[in-house]
Amino acid sequence: MTYDVIVVGAGLAGLTAALRLSEQDRRVLVIAKGNGATHLAPPVIDVLGYAGDKRIESPQKALSGFVVSHPGHPYANVSADVIAESLDWLSRRVPELGYQGRLDENWLLPTAVGVPKPSALVPESMVAGDLRRGGRFVFIGLRGLKDFHASYLADNLARAQLPARVSTRFIELEPPHDRNADPGSVGFARRFDEPRFRDWIVQALAGQLEPNEKVGFPAVLGIEKAGEVWRDLERRLEHPAFEVPLLPPSAPGIRLYDALARALRQAGARILIGDRVAAGGSEGGRVAEINALTAARPVAYRANSFVLATGGFASGGLELDSRGSVRETVFGLPVAGMPDAGEPMFSPRYFDTHAVSRAGVAVDARLRPVDEKGKVVFENLHAAGAILSGAVPWREHSGNGISLATGYAVAAAILEHAAPRIRVDARD
Amino acid sequence: MTEAVRDSLDRCVKCTICESFRPFSKVTPLFPGPKYVGPQAERYRDAGMSADHSVDYCSGCGICTQVCPQGVKIAEINSQARAAMWEEQGQIGQVQLRNQLIARPSVIGKLGTPVAPLANWALGNRTLRGLAHNLIGIHRDAAMPKFAGRTFQRWARRHARRAADKTVVYFHGCGTNYYEPAAGEMLVAVLEHNGFNVIIPPQDCCGLPLQSNGRFPAARGYVRRLVANLAPYAREGIPIVANSTSCGLMLKREAHEILGIEDEDLQVVSKQLFDVCEFLLFLHEKGELRTDFQPLPLEVPYHAPCQQRGHGIGKPALDLFALVPELRVIELNIDCCGIAGTYGLKKEKYDISMAVGEPLFRQIREAKPEVAACGSETCRWQIEHGSGIHAVHPIELLYRAYGLDSPSPALRERVGERVEKERL
Ligand SMILES: Cc1cc2nc3c(=O)[nH]c(=O)nc-3n(C[C@H](O)[C@H](O)[C@H](O)COP(=O)(O)OP(=O)(O)OC[C@H]3O[C@@H](n4cnc5c(N)ncnc54)[C@H](O)[C@@H]3O)c2cc1C
Ligand code: SF4
Repeated sequence: MTYDVIVVGAGLAGLTAALRLSEQDRRVLVIAKGNGATHLAPPVIDVLGYAGDKRIESPQKALSGFVVSHPGHPYANVSADVIAESLDWLSRRVPELGYQGRLDENWLLPTAVGVPKPSALVPESMVAGDLRRGGRFVFIGLRGLKDFHASYLADNLARAQLPARVSTRFIELEPPHDRNADPGSVGFARRFDEPRFRDWIVQALAGQLEPNEKVGFPAVLGIEKAGEVWRDLERRLEHPAFEVPLLPPSAPGIRLYDALARALRQAGARILIGDRVAAGGSEGGRVAEINALTAARPVAYRANSFVLATGGFASGGLELDSRGSVRETVFGLPVAGMPDAGEPMFSPRYFDTHAVSRAGVAVDARLRPVDEKGKVVFENLHAAGAILSGAVPWREHSGNGISLATGYAVAAAILEHAAPRIRVDARD
Repeated sequence: MTEAVRDSLDRCVKCTICESFRPFSKVTPLFPGPKYVGPQAERYRDAGMSADHSVDYCSGCGICTQVCPQGVKIAEINSQARAAMWEEQGQIGQVQLRNQLIARPSVIGKLGTPVAPLANWALGNRTLRGLAHNLIGIHRDAAMPKFAGRTFQRWARRHARRAADKTVVYFHGCGTNYYEPAAGEMLVAVLEHNGFNVIIPPQDCCGLPLQSNGRFPAARGYVRRLVANLAPYAREGIPIVANSTSCGLMLKREAHEILGIEDEDLQVVSKQLFDVCEFLLFLHEKGELRTDFQPLPLEVPYHAPCQQRGHGIGKPALDLFALVPELRVIELNIDCCGIAGTYGLKKEKYDISMAVGEPLFRQIREAKPEVAACGSETCRWQIEHGSGIHAVHPIELLYRAYGLDSPSPALRERVGERVEKERL
């Protein structure tokens, strides 16, 4: 099968690149072994939250210095303007999430354990959680929902270092037991989609909220009717309401995936989830095709350009074997950013910076993988997202920002330089 | 447990992605989700004892395996665990009888075909269905196909084969043979229109229903007999096309991965087996598909069944439909219709199955189409039952667009029935 562009990976980076290209009438196939971090992570776009231990208020201001001190970082290949454009683009492209924010300031939102977390772009259902202006917060616990403990969150947040005064408390609700509902976050999100369940919540909170309080719910305010759920609650509670992200799976992250996938299908792209991808043939320094490992046999898919957006170790884009050697799983590309032999790959504590986490694919200015000498490996192969080397996303708070910005930039690089689009015989 | 499946277990990072899909646990607490009954519970099954019995409520739709980024064969683990559990429990009385019965479509087909009018009457009779519900455990409302009263095999034996330089083998499965012979005729017509000589070897059930009802030894017997019939063609390099997405997947992968068959016959057949839409699209890629399609001014909701997703071939029907002028397709994005082969027939699982399918039925009903399209026969029957909209195999739309449908398939079906009746 022949496409203009084939994107390997269906996380934020791959979906962004694919949608940008489909918008420009390129015939695109997104192919992935499975779903990506959209199903695990909240849909907040953290561009840059920390430099070392210092919390960043404006990524825009911090970026120029940051790329100087982090030369191999993915942001070194995308300008601040492009990052800002990518944020705007996402806000416009998935109006369902009502994104708000800009590159020049970070929101500060509470996590489920009561830690303030900086993010550049956040869905409207999380905006009222902004801690920068302080105020009174009440967190709503739902008995039976795993991994959200309102009292713990309220306690921790009261003790956190914040730019303004906050007061916190919690209310624990015991929703009616539904034998058909699953107690995980996705199950609760489905219950919130139902008006009757929201009626119950509103009634249960009647008379319990104090003036000027902002009401924090676990991030389970609907899946299919998400925006409607959140607006409905705000209106009926007559208080600002917001969602606090939870552990995986992520209901709001799934909303982002669904919105992007919907937009992609509307733009005419194909999405194929379930096949591992392996390298196919190459000709004259260009990738000619990739192989989808289908149930019966490898099937070759051809394209003019390819985007590798396979994520890092967690998503199977990189593999580390027991002898410490690391491999890029699709094309066997050179992996940069590994600590030197003899140096430790891991630090003793889980949330420390681990040397191995910088491993990934190094790229040129057009986001094409390069070898140790900086030579482009394949003329028409680009890479975006967590597969890129040089970042420590969970320390920097830069994960989704890198994926969005590089996914966006990769599309631009392809549109500028690649061969003109193929004849789209099947559709025209 | 087969080694490839067992080994994949250790790749689970407990990310919960599979848990957020699982169409069945969405609607029933009896199935806690693929990760729990799969990679999680499997650790306790080592001693040969079943750790929990909720795996009974896994339908085997396979969505979990597809969405898992780590390549854990969750659905396959669960299928094998389910079979082991049933064996250990020793299914008793009614369940045993029922599961034996519904797992043998070709036996039912052979019994029902000669007495089709009577059998169809019985299937539509509330009192008898009530009895079957209570005595056998087949839900009184479950979608049951009607016997065609003639077999596709019989048609095939009489069908004059075309001399052609290209040859293809057709694996039609039980659904086509006993219930929808017209669908098989249309497929043959489409392939002949494209210059193929279509060989239809004698064939029986692929064993899939037995597999999903935990009867692995019997299922293996069916697979071996079937592939023994197909392998000689495969060895000559002749492609084999299947129009049942689930039976096709059985031969492509499941017989090996779930039943653990290492047979050489199966290996050659797997390599040569194509879903019919996949096959036609490959032809198109090579510039060998005839595109003399007439306009087909229809708006058709298309559902790619979960078993088709297991093929990993995407949705080739969409690319084929795009070749037909004026055919508008609504790509439905729902994981599962709920029937999962024989799952939704069972008294205790019917309601679950209908609840799983409801979002799909709703979308189809809302589109108010003349027909819907779907590549699996049991799913089509479920869709018709749940939405009231007639559902056809994608091939039927191509057949119409090629202008091969005069007289119309429905008419041919009726004529066929009358001819058969006259013969009886
Ligand atoms: C629990 C969690 C919480 C997070 N929280 C935040 C947060 O609050 N803010 C933030 O900004 N970031 C957060 N992140 C990080 C962020 O989500 C990721 O860095 C980012 O989304 C990665 O996107 P990606 O598209 O590059 O890769 P992924 O989303 O990992 O997608 C990779 C894709 O490639 C596919 N793939 C891999 N190998 C192959 C192969 N061989 N063949 C075919 N397909 C393949 C996978 O199946 C998948 O579809 C979080 C991450 C996690 C896990
Ligand atoms: S999706 Fe795969 S890795 Fe994730 S929990 Fe399920 S089985 Fe484990």
